[in-house]
Amino acid sequence: MSAEWPLWEIFIRGQHGLNHRHVGSLHAPDAEMAMRHARDVYTRRNEGVSIWVVPSVAITASSPSDKGPMFEPSQDKVYRHPSFFDIPDEIGHM
Amino acid sequence: MYAQMVTSEATQDDPEKLAAFQARIDAGEKIEPKDWMPEGYRKTLIRQIGQHAHSEIVGQLPEGNWITRAPTLERKAILLAKVQDEAGHGLYLYCAAETLGVSRDELTEALLAGKMKYSSIFNYPTLTWADIGAVGWLVDGAAIMNQVPLQRTSFGPYSRAMIRICKEESFHQRQGFDIMRKMATGTEAQRRMAQDALNRFWYPSLMMFGPSDKDSVHSAQSMRWKIKMNTNDELRQKFVDQTVPQAEYLGLTVPDPDLRWNAEKGGYDFSEPDWTEFFEVLKGNGPCNAERLAARQKAWDDGAWVREGLMAHAAKRAAAPLAAE
Amino acid sequence: MSAVVDLDAAMFEGLCRLGDSTLVLGHRVSEWCGHAPVLEEDIALANTALDLIGQTQMWLGLAGEVEGRGRTADALAFHRDVWEFRNLLLVERPNGDFGHTLMRQFLFDAWHQPMLAGLAQSQDARVAEIAEKAGKEVAYHLERSADLVIRLGDGSDESHARMQDALDMLWPYTGEMMVPDATDIALAEAGIMPDLTGLRGTWDALVRDVLAEATLVIPDGSFMHKGGKQGQHSEHLGHMLAIMQFLPRAYPDATW
Repeated sequence: MSAEWPLWEIFIRGQHGLNHRHVGSLHAPDAEMAMRHARDVYTRRNEGVSIWVVPSVAITASSPSDKGPMFEPSQDKVYRHPSFFDIPDEIGHM
Repeated sequence: MYAQMVTSEATQDDPEKLAAFQARIDAGEKIEPKDWMPEGYRKTLIRQIGQHAHSEIVGQLPEGNWITRAPTLERKAILLAKVQDEAGHGLYLYCAAETLGVSRDELTEALLAGKMKYSSIFNYPTLTWADIGAVGWLVDGAAIMNQVPLQRTSFGPYSRAMIRICKEESFHQRQGFDIMRKMATGTEAQRRMAQDALNRFWYPSLMMFGPSDKDSVHSAQSMRWKIKMNTNDELRQKFVDQTVPQAEYLGLTVPDPDLRWNAEKGGYDFSEPDWTEFFEVLKGNGPCNAERLAARQKAWDDGAWVREGLMAHAAKRAAAPLAAE
Repeated sequence: MSAVVDLDAAMFEGLCRLGDSTLVLGHRVSEWCGHAPVLEEDIALANTALDLIGQTQMWLGLAGEVEGRGRTADALAFHRDVWEFRNLLLVERPNGDFGHTLMRQFLFDAWHQPMLAGLAQSQDARVAEIAEKAGKEVAYHLERSADLVIRLGDGSDESHARMQDALDMLWPYTGEMMVPDATDIALAEAGIMPDLTGLRGTWDALVRDVLAEATLVIPDGSFMHKGGKQGQHSEHLGHMLAIMQFLPRAYPDATW
């Protein structure tokens, strides 16, 4: 049995100006073929203007058990959001 | 459905963790691959998503059977695009299963070894062009019944795959109905072909939902875990209620003398399919089981040198810059 | 006066050559659907076949228009017999293994792309427009088939041997593409289609480069089969048409 083709994560920019978005994965022997496969598999309906392919093993993910310390500290920093501040109506849009 | 009779795995985990897990699901949270999950949840999902993926791939065969015989260039292109979509859907689903720690090659080998199943429906032959209409209309119609609610399933990668699949599948049932409509309003021979296709595909389509599972322990567990969203009977009823008026519109007769509207329940009463036949098909005794698996086996065997050759070349390329230094 | 009539006839013939080649190759490639070595390639092959079928609709559609006898692309595809087909012999070769299919695709793409580039310069705007659209699709076909030929040629021992075998088998079918007959010459002189002999240089250079990188050896011998463009085919095409044309022939009154 041969070694299975590695897995790649595919990111596609749907329109000019938008971020690349993760759309799924696929198998390919190397980056160049992953790119072609991504084109053939994930843009069949005219979905993209740009593709990134990343080896799945290269992705470092945050650990679910760290969820609390990772994300909760930002919850009470409400002053980062514009809705925190009252602006008098007569000032208009700001 | 595409995943029929998936037995859920018993789970022997820490009750406290289990309760917290269930609470997350009840709160509508998605479970992601790195999250803690009961072993039973993981194994049941692998089995279900794997079976679903296999069904897409084996499902390419009965329709692929008519790509070379499609009667117009446009029909050929539409059918090819549709069967290509099935390959894509299989690919998305295998990838979803892979996040649970099983590889696509392992799943493929389990299918070929007869250790994993695919939907019973694909063991029926497509004998005339009308069958391609019937498959799109009835088989995809039945599949969509199941897949639309599965977009809300608790496992993130499965849910996202289903969202993508449902978006792409929206044209599949329509193309089938469109073929049937052309046939049903065509020449005498075409009308007969259309009726014949409905006759042969009606009960196998009802079987797609699996036998009644009202009292099944496995189904109850899967429903609690939100990897099964409706009972088989609910979906079957919904399918019949949706399809009968469409058949009437086409001027075709559903091959069930006991079919009638039940005003009280607000749905049709209809005959059960022959469950003996269903279990025979699952056991491997359907009209096309042997051909379907042989075709998959042949593609796998014949493709081995291609997969290996391309890996060998990639390894050479990866080594090349090192050698140059 | 007669020159005009002749040119229309030549144009119909030339358009059938293009459309029949894309039809037959598209059909052959579509035979792979559900049977390819890996899902990603299954999907890629179907994309190629879909492009070719789409091109067929355009070329044969225009052929019917030029002919002016009310024949549609479907009528031409499904209601002509083997001796009326004008495709290249190369494209009717059976699929064989994946290596044969790819090698056939590459040898054709390497001709198809410069051919379409020439057609995009056609004096006939309809021809130029089709070629423009098809050219983008075929640029990708060529990129893909050339790369895969290189990878499998210079892959494992087995993949190398299989690709060399495919090349040996298919090579004698490549001459026909670049040898013009009276029809080709008339169309080139009228500025409707490119001079086929002019494609030779591009094709040779590309094919030699790719095959060298693939570590494959071009077979000795200069013998080349020909006749496809004039309707003299191999036995394979008749069987293909028997399958492809079955429904419209069996039910001539039906619409689908």
